[in-house]
Amino acid sequence: MNPSRQSVPMDKGVPRFEHGSRVPGWDTPADLDKDPATIPGVDGTPSVPVPVELRAEIEAHMALYPETRSATLPALEAAQRVHGWCSPEAIEQVACVMRLTPADLAAVATFYDMLDTEPVGRHSVYVCTNISCSLCGADALLAAIEDAVGEAADGKAEFNVRSFECLGACDIAPMASVDGVYVGPLSIEDVPALLDDVREGRPVLPDKQLAKRVCADAEANG
Amino acid sequence: MSEKLLFKDIDEPNLNTLSVYEARGGYDALRKALQMSPEDVLKELEASAIRGRGGAGFAMGKKVSFLPKGTMDKYLVCNADESEPGTFKDRELMQKSPHMLLEGIVIASYAAGTNRSFIYIRGEYVLQADILDAALREAREAGFVGEEILGSEHSLSLVVHRGAGAYICGEETGLLDSLEGKRGNPRLKPPFPAVQGLYQGPTLINNVETLATVPAIMRMGGAEYAKLGVETSTGTKLVSISGQVQRPGNYEIELGVPSREIVYDLAGGPAEGREVKCWFPGGSSAPVLTAEDLDVPYDFDSLAKAGSMLGSGAIIVVDDSTPIVELAMKLAKFYRHESCGKCTPCREGTNWTVKMLERIDSGEATPMDLDIMASVQEHIIGNCLCVLGDAMAMPIGSMIAKFRPEFEAHIEAARARNYGGPADPAAASDLALVAQGVLDA
Repeated sequence: MNPSRQSVPMDKGVPRFEHGSRVPGWDTPADLDKDPATIPGVDGTPSVPVPVELRAEIEAHMALYPETRSATLPALEAAQRVHGWCSPEAIEQVACVMRLTPADLAAVATFYDMLDTEPVGRHSVYVCTNISCSLCGADALLAAIEDAVGEAADGKAEFNVRSFECLGACDIAPMASVDGVYVGPLSIEDVPALLDDVREGRPVLPDKQLAKRVCADAEANG
Repeated sequence: MSEKLLFKDIDEPNLNTLSVYEARGGYDALRKALQMSPEDVLKELEASAIRGRGGAGFAMGKKVSFLPKGTMDKYLVCNADESEPGTFKDRELMQKSPHMLLEGIVIASYAAGTNRSFIYIRGEYVLQADILDAALREAREAGFVGEEILGSEHSLSLVVHRGAGAYICGEETGLLDSLEGKRGNPRLKPPFPAVQGLYQGPTLINNVETLATVPAIMRMGGAEYAKLGVETSTGTKLVSISGQVQRPGNYEIELGVPSREIVYDLAGGPAEGREVKCWFPGGSSAPVLTAEDLDVPYDFDSLAKAGSMLGSGAIIVVDDSTPIVELAMKLAKFYRHESCGKCTPCREGTNWTVKMLERIDSGEATPMDLDIMASVQEHIIGNCLCVLGDAMAMPIGSMIAKFRPEFEAHIEAARARNYGGPADPAAASDLALVAQGVLDA
């Protein structure tokens, strides 16, 4: 190995524990006095309380499929809506209703971009920074939104701003999905109005919503 | 003017409701199909020679015929994940004409003998999924979906399943795993989904656009449909064009028109004073072509012959103001993020390609690194369970092959900028590039 490479701090880029490993507790012996782990709900009774509506929603999804496990994504999405993120508690509740292990669900939740496994702001602002959008200035747009949110006192609690892979709306590049509503093409001047609309609970930038756009093909509708 | 099959009434107000769709002749094709035997419907699909619109371009009729006969549980899955960068045609179809897709699914399920179907739509498409759900409720109430459809013996259940954000779930076996409630990891093939797919049962997977075209094929007849387009690429195709063009959007074209017509006549070409530097003919996974290739006819075989592919029909135009290294970096970082990590060549290859591009961008690389990078791409292609790795390797490989002098100039310019010293006289051509604004000074 190139010796100069070793001088790079080990924690650069990757979160590490104090002992240098990315895995916790590799050098500590197992605590044999601890109670064994239990799988919630295997005996048929939930071991953690689940909100009634959430349980009903998850069970309705489970009823749609030949194998109930297929409801994993809709169930996690529903739990995330209730808890704000896929918290350990949220995952445990889904596990109880679906009769799966929390580890199964955590493995799924960490795979998908729209399931948050860390606490996030209330409103999601996904800014597409894939090729078509970045060719039209998406990186500057993302930076402007991040700056505006960073300056606001309530910024981090209110907004979950992140760059996202292609959202499938390259015709309105650069664009963002604000709580699931597609808006674009956005300019940096639109940022304050966008954030204000979200704060006030108004429809986001009504003139720039994708839903109102007509087909680009002039010969369509013939 | 080219024939419009999918976009004929696309902006008709309330086309997403059953009453307007029916008033426009909707569900007539289903009625016609149910009068015929499933074998005859399949024959029409085969006669149309329609090739899959999702990316692979596999003949749809043939795919249907691969499903085993018998009474076991068989499934039809509509791939509405549409996550290939640059592609947004299915979004417009589902949002504005959801019943066209539902009708196509019912007809295809009748031909294939499947009784359960799913639409796997990407979770980001909230509006479109809500519209599909509403349309499905209407269709169910009117008896177009459900038990004994329109008095026939054919029954079909349909569920709109929302994903949660993962590019790989557009790959058919990754999609199936995701639909089963797991991480969206692609599976080893064979067995192909037609033999062993969803819940281990035979499964037909088709793209939204392919299925939405089925009603039109039934209306006009397979042989008539096959007269559109060119011999090996029949019919019309929705093209999503985006990037540095003046009128980005979806256009319905007849396959086989010159690509230049799409880029310039329909989409208006790059902004005034700019030239096309390169373009992706079929989503960001397709090898790039240059301005010289603009006269290639836009169909499956001609683009393959030109060294690229039609893919999902998404043209991304890059003009001469964009440095190629920046483009390659964007692309490589995307595939690194989306690699599921199951196969080593893809997981490591995407990561190392990003690292090598970062070296190039910081001036630490030498021209030899370009050869190493090109060889990494060669070792990814064909060595993974799915084509995600190839999808990075092909465009990056083509960029190195076609824009090598610019990569070299970039390395030299970055080295001179970050590490000082006189610029290499051999890289004098950089200065010209810098002057043109292609490179950052």
